[in-house]
Parts: sequence; C-alpha cells; structure tokens
Amino acid sequence: MDLTGKKVTLHDMSLRDGMHAKRHQLSLEQMVAISTGLDDAGIPLIEVTHGDGLGGSSLNYGFPAHTDEEYLNAVIPKIKNAKVSALLLPGIGTVDHLKMARDCGVSTIRVATHCTEADVSEQHIGMAAKMDMDTVGFLMMAHMVSAEKILEQAKLMESYGANCIYCTDSAGYMLPDEVSEKIGLLRSELNPNTELGFHGHHNMGMAIANSLAAVDAGANRIDGSVAGLGAGAGNTPLEVFVAVLDRMHANHGVDLYKIMDVAEDLVVPLMDQPIRVDRDALTLGYAGVYSSFLLFAQRAEAKYGIQARDILVELGCRGTVGGQEDMIEDLALTMAKEKGLI
Amino acid sequence: MSKKLKAVIIGPGNIGTDLLMKMQRSEWVEPVWMVGIDPESEGLKRAKEMGMKISSTGIEGMLDQVIKDDIRVAFDATSAYVHAENSRKLNELGVIMVDLTPAAIGPFCVPPVNLKKHASQLEMNVNMVTCGGQATIPMVAAVSQVQDVEYGEIVATVSSRSIGPGTRQNIDEFTRTTAGAVEAVGGADRGKAIIIVNPAEPPLMMRDTVHCLTKEKPDQAAITASVHNMVKEVQKYVPGYKLVNGPIFDGNKVSVFMEVEGLGDFLPKYAGNLDIMTAAGLRTAEMFAEEAYNGTITLPERG
Repeated sequence: MDLTGKKVTLHDMSLRDGMHAKRHQLSLEQMVAISTGLDDAGIPLIEVTHGDGLGGSSLNYGFPAHTDEEYLNAVIPKIKNAKVSALLLPGIGTVDHLKMARDCGVSTIRVATHCTEADVSEQHIGMAAKMDMDTVGFLMMAHMVSAEKILEQAKLMESYGANCIYCTDSAGYMLPDEVSEKIGLLRSELNPNTELGFHGHHNMGMAIANSLAAVDAGANRIDGSVAGLGAGAGNTPLEVFVAVLDRMHANHGVDLYKIMDVAEDLVVPLMDQPIRVDRDALTLGYAGVYSSFLLFAQRAEAKYGIQARDILVELGCRGTVGGQEDMIEDLALTMAKEKGLI
Repeated sequence: MSKKLKAVIIGPGNIGTDLLMKMQRSEWVEPVWMVGIDPESEGLKRAKEMGMKISSTGIEGMLDQVIKDDIRVAFDATSAYVHAENSRKLNELGVIMVDLTPAAIGPFCVPPVNLKKHASQLEMNVNMVTCGGQATIPMVAAVSQVQDVEYGEIVATVSSRSIGPGTRQNIDEFTRTTAGAVEAVGGADRGKAIIIVNPAEPPLMMRDTVHCLTKEKPDQAAITASVHNMVKEVQKYVPGYKLVNGPIFDGNKVSVFMEVEGLGDFLPKYAGNLDIMTAAGLRTAEMFAEEAYNGTITLPERG
C-alpha cells in the first residue's frame, strides 16, 4: 500500500463518541483541556456533542453533565486553529439544534442516519448546506448492507447538499476488504468533488487497518479518537494512526509527540474503564451490534443477571440499529423472565 | 335521525384506505365520500370499488354535496400544507374535522385521555398528534394521573416500510409535535420524543418505550394499576396494544415498554403505528356520534 504524500484530514471523536464511554459526563474543564491539546497538536477537526449527537440528552441515552450549548460555548472560543463539528441524528435532534450549533460557531455538521434511511436527512442536510456549512452525510452501520445500497443512499445525501459522505462502521464489524470495496465504489461513482470519510470502531481490532484501507481506496477524512476514547472498544486510536501515517509518509499535519501526550496525560487518566477489546466489545464487532450498546448491556447484566454477551448477540439477531438503546433493558427483562430470574 | 354520522375521507393513501376499511365496520360512522387529487390513483379506484362516492379534484369536487349527503365528519389524511384550507371550508359547512396530518390547528386528541372533553365541547377540529404520540401518551397520562411528572420521554421505533415519504421529509415535525403533546396531553412538565426507523426484514412490530420522571417518589402500586387500566382503555380500539415489560421503577424513573400490533386491515400487522392512528381517528368520530345521539351535544344546524 503506497500512501506517500496522500492528504488525510484527521477528525477527533474523543469529545463526542468518547462521551459514550464517559456516560456523557465529561466536565467543561476536561473538554477544554483535551480540545486545546488536540488543537495544539494540529488536529484540524474536533467533534463536540452528546454521544448521540445534538439533542441526545435523554433518559434513553443518558443525561449529560452539561448541555451541548454549554460544551460548545466552552470549547470553541478556546481553540485557535481547529474547527469544531457536531453530530446530528434526525429523529433525535432537529434543525433547531443545528441552528443553535451554527450560532455557537460549529462549522461542520454531520447528519447521521442508518445506512438505509438517508431520506430522513433531507431537511437537515439541506439546511446545513444552505447555511454554507461543511455538510457531511454519515451512513451508520454500513456493514449491514451491500456497497451498491450504500452508494444509492450516499447519492441521496449528495443530492440534498452533502459535500462529504461517510461510510461508518458503527459496530466495528468490517474487515479491510469490505472497507476497500465500499469506499472504492463511492469514490468511483460519486461526484469527484464529494469528499469521503471513514469512521471505525476497534471492536475486532481492525480500526487502524480499516482506516488505512479507506485512505487507500479514496477516503480523505478519517475519524479517530485520542487514546481511542469512544464507544465499544473505542475508535481508531489517533496517536497510533498518526504514527502509522508518519511511517507511510502520508500528509496528516499532526505532531506525533504532542498527540501522544494528550492521550497519555489527559485522556487515559479520565477513563472510567479501560477502553479495550474485552469480551463484550468483541461481541459487538463479531455480532455487528451498535457500539454504544456496550455499557447499557453491561448495566443490564448487573441489574438482571443476564450476560451482556447474550443480550448483545440477541440484539444482533433482531437487527437492531443505532439509537435502539431502549431495547436493551426491554430485552434483558424478557430474557430474565424466560429464565425465571424475575 | 340516524345514529350514524356520515363521513368524508380526504386522502386515499394507506391511512385513508385503512380508515375506510375500519369505518365500514363502525356502528357510529358511515363512510360516504373518498377525496383525492388523481383520478388514476389506486386509492380512489379502490374506494369506488368499495362503494364510495369519489372526488378526484380535492374537496372542491364535493363541497356542494356536503349538505345534500348530510356529511357531518371529515378525516384529513393528506398533509399539513393543505389541511388548513380543507378544515376551514368543511368547518364552514358544519363538518367536524378529524385531523390526521401534523398540521395541529385544533387541540391534540388522544382518545382515552381527553376525547370525552373534546366531544362534549363539540371541538370542530381535533388533531390526532402522531402515531408515536397515540402509542405512548396514554402511558404518560397513566403516570401523571397518579402523581406529578416533571419529565416525560418517549422512544418510538417503527419499521422502515411503515413510514412514508411525508414523514421522512419532515421528521422534525414528528419529534416536535409528539414532544408537545407529551406535555399538553400526557401531563408532563417537559416532554421529549425520539423516533427510530428500523429496516429489519421481516419488518419489526412498532415498539414504544415511555420513561417518566416523577417529582416525588413514585407510588408503585398506584402507577402499576393506572398503567394496566390505561392499556385496557387503548385496547378497546387497538386490540394489539400490548404491555411487554414494566412499569419498572428506578428511583423516580418509571419505564414502560410497549408493542403495537395492527389489525392488518389494509396495512400489514407490523404497521401498528399507522393502525393506531386510524383507529384513534375513527374512535374520535365515534365518540362525537355517540354524544350527538345521546343529546349531550348538538351538531351544527342545517337548513
């Protein structure tokens, strides 16, 4: 694989996807410290919101320590060079949240839908594009359908006004060949000016390999997270990916030592649990289940005595998609009843 | 007078057709007109075969027949954009409007919670909220009828096949309208609504989760009784409304997990979300008919 001179835009997820791993409890001070550290290290784009995006604050996903607005207003004024992005899942957040984020100084909006439901994003993508924001269509759980289906849905998002399309491995299920095939097809069929991105999870230990495959196949934006702080076994660990890109002479613009230090000095100490491929995270990847289900399944295990692994596998069999966190307790209750535990 | 109110259905799509099939079994409402805008549409052809008078030029094509045919109630299953005009023109002629669009000009109506009040006051336009609202607001109300609810949140998961292009293009309207009705009808101080679209095959049954935060420690026995009672009330018009788990109590949080199976009239059984809208709409008109028959309300006079 020759990535010499390839331009890769790295996008940090620790303050958004990492919120899942922190049960949305990062403090304003932690957010500011990490984001200014990333900014200083040369990371060009940093995502900040509730783990489930704008408007994610809920009993279903967890109430955060602060509102999206408070986080954005704390972080954005402190950053010198980086831009800040916000995630929005139609059905959870609305265009009102989108406008709020823009008013706070967010420059990139990423509108996320399940990989077959792009047509729920028309009003949000359209609005962001109309406001001249960097507008990204984010197709989640992309392992669940064929490359052709991803292309069809990507074209819808492109037609609504997205200037960048993501193939998102929300379950950390994909292997590199699948990433190459999907990104490759998008690259050959979408508008040449449309950027492509890849968002990985490390549940099968493939996040770095998959991200490299994505760059090789034509993606120029890669999501990762400093120290891997993210849902499941975490996202592509950015400091590792930076070192790999360095060795491959790709053009990423990040200071390796500085990002190593952000990972080690700021992020690792605040982790509530090690972010690693434990048996439950591995089950997410193996069974193709949405990564943020991990802690919910572990809590259901503690409460109802049903193994998290069994709950996750059953959720995979039922074809659950991102956002269906409510099914976890519901299913655990049903399984516990069947086993006569309650 | 005959006890049945004669009706016009506007919009011969999935909702309108399902409504027509349910109405043909009603003791209180008699379907007479089906209104569309495309003479070639399957829905209008189907309605004609089912013995309905049809207009293919919108309600303009039947307004002069309203008095002659003694049309008393209208169901609008079109879109928020045209609903206001439809409602104004039909209300002027003394026709009660049941609004199945997200327009929400009139007050929200969730039958087991506030229908009786609307009917006794002869509200001339009532809005049926959203499918997610019909499935969940009775549960929020079941809790708030026992004690104060400071926050109510609903999560509706529907199969991809059961939601049409209108809802998809304006999904924010679903979340806003539903959240508003969780407050206005459910009785929560603050409401939030989330909708998830799931493409699994075979399609999944509509699932709904309702979480409430009570102000004081929840009275578990009273809330459990109230929830079970409310489930029975909804089952009177949606037999497939089912309590799967709960109520579960965790501190001040009360959680209820529901499943809604449709009757499978025109829409498949998994589309409980559409079924609960049509069933609630029809139930609403039936209540107006019952109240008129009993003399509790007097329908607008006609010369």
